[in-house]
Amino acid sequence: MTQIRLTTPLTDEDVEKLRIGQQVLINGVIYTGRDAAHKRMVDLIKAGKENELPFDPKGQIIYYVGPSPTKPGKVVGSCGPTTSYRMDPYAPELYKLGLKVSIGKGKRSPEVIEAMKKYKGVYVAAIGGAAALIAKSIKSAKVIAYPDLGAEAVHEFVVEDFPVVVVNDTLGGDLYQEGIKIYAVK
Amino acid sequence: MCQDTGYAVIFLELGQDVRIEGGDLYEAITEGVRKGYTEGYLRKSIVSHPLERKNTGDNTPPVIHTTIVPGENLRIVVAPKGGGSENMSAIKMMKPADGVEGVKDFVLEVAKNAGPNPCPPVIFGVGIGGTMEKAALLAKEALLREIGEKNEDPNMAALEDELLEKINNLGIGPQGLGGRTFALAVHIKTYAAHIASLPVAVNINCHAARHKEIVF
Repeated sequence: MTQIRLTTPLTDEDVEKLRIGQQVLINGVIYTGRDAAHKRMVDLIKAGKENELPFDPKGQIIYYVGPSPTKPGKVVGSCGPTTSYRMDPYAPELYKLGLKVSIGKGKRSPEVIEAMKKYKGVYVAAIGGAAALIAKSIKSAKVIAYPDLGAEAVHEFVVEDFPVVVVNDTLGGDLYQEGIKIYAVK
Repeated sequence: MCQDTGYAVIFLELGQDVRIEGGDLYEAITEGVRKGYTEGYLRKSIVSHPLERKNTGDNTPPVIHTTIVPGENLRIVVAPKGGGSENMSAIKMMKPADGVEGVKDFVLEVAKNAGPNPCPPVIFGVGIGGTMEKAALLAKEALLREIGEKNEDPNMAALEDELLEKINNLGIGPQGLGGRTFALAVHIKTYAAHIASLPVAVNINCHAARHKEIVF
């Protein structure tokens, strides 16, 4: 299977060419955020305070993760994806502001899939549970916002060939539905 | 392995001839969890109140299940439980007329619903019988059984095999991307039920099935 390399920040064209099932290697800066950070960010957006967001979502990637603590001498702790549906109530707001990719694992809601079609975004999956392995593709890590949230703080990662699979593309395709069709036994 | 190092679920089997001196046993276990998660660089994933949601900072408190057994040993089983697979678990109070077919349908419904979310390949713990909370506990206890270990009840062993095949025939596969192995095992535990009830609980464990025990 061919692998595609993407380097942030991303344009509409970068993500429009992606199709479900493709393997992608991500390079550059990505940001983390999960339940509590998303709530804070979307509260800011709803209050019209986009300029106070920890980062400008335009052209960027958000990774749904709460890393485990960093051992001495390491860049980051174990760092695998968390289940994405919990961010579904918030994700459309971020795609609307230009977010291009979210990284997680598990199904997205019809509302998020629709938002990705409308605002030209994709959803990709990292391998759930392979967190120690994934951490090896993270070359630097720092907390840039909400340190009081502990593991849920917003981090900025610099990644090299961070491996993901395209689950939802800008055409509304869904790998979780298509993949099952191939293997289901009636 | 996984960054979600779980809710610390502890199963205590306390021999009835054991006398514990020098302090509160549950406090000692809590301190063990605190030290383990802090000194072991494990993630602190617990909030003190489900609605206020402030992180406790040391992964306490644990969930402790205690049983009293004959003898003079103390057995402690530590079974950290990840949130992703726990969230895809479910319980249903079925009626006796639903029978074994109803149980199968419910387990398959839970599997289908879970799809890619609980980090497949997963293990299914199925608790059948008892009261509502008993069924849930049976399901969690069923997850402690080693993969490959057969159910002692041949009927339940056959039901486990049938359910495993049916679950894998859904085609969900590893990571939910499509494939033949969604579940590694189905483990059933049963208990006496009320004449009016057929409780069924399904507890899902991701492939990071971390269990460790110590016996004193």
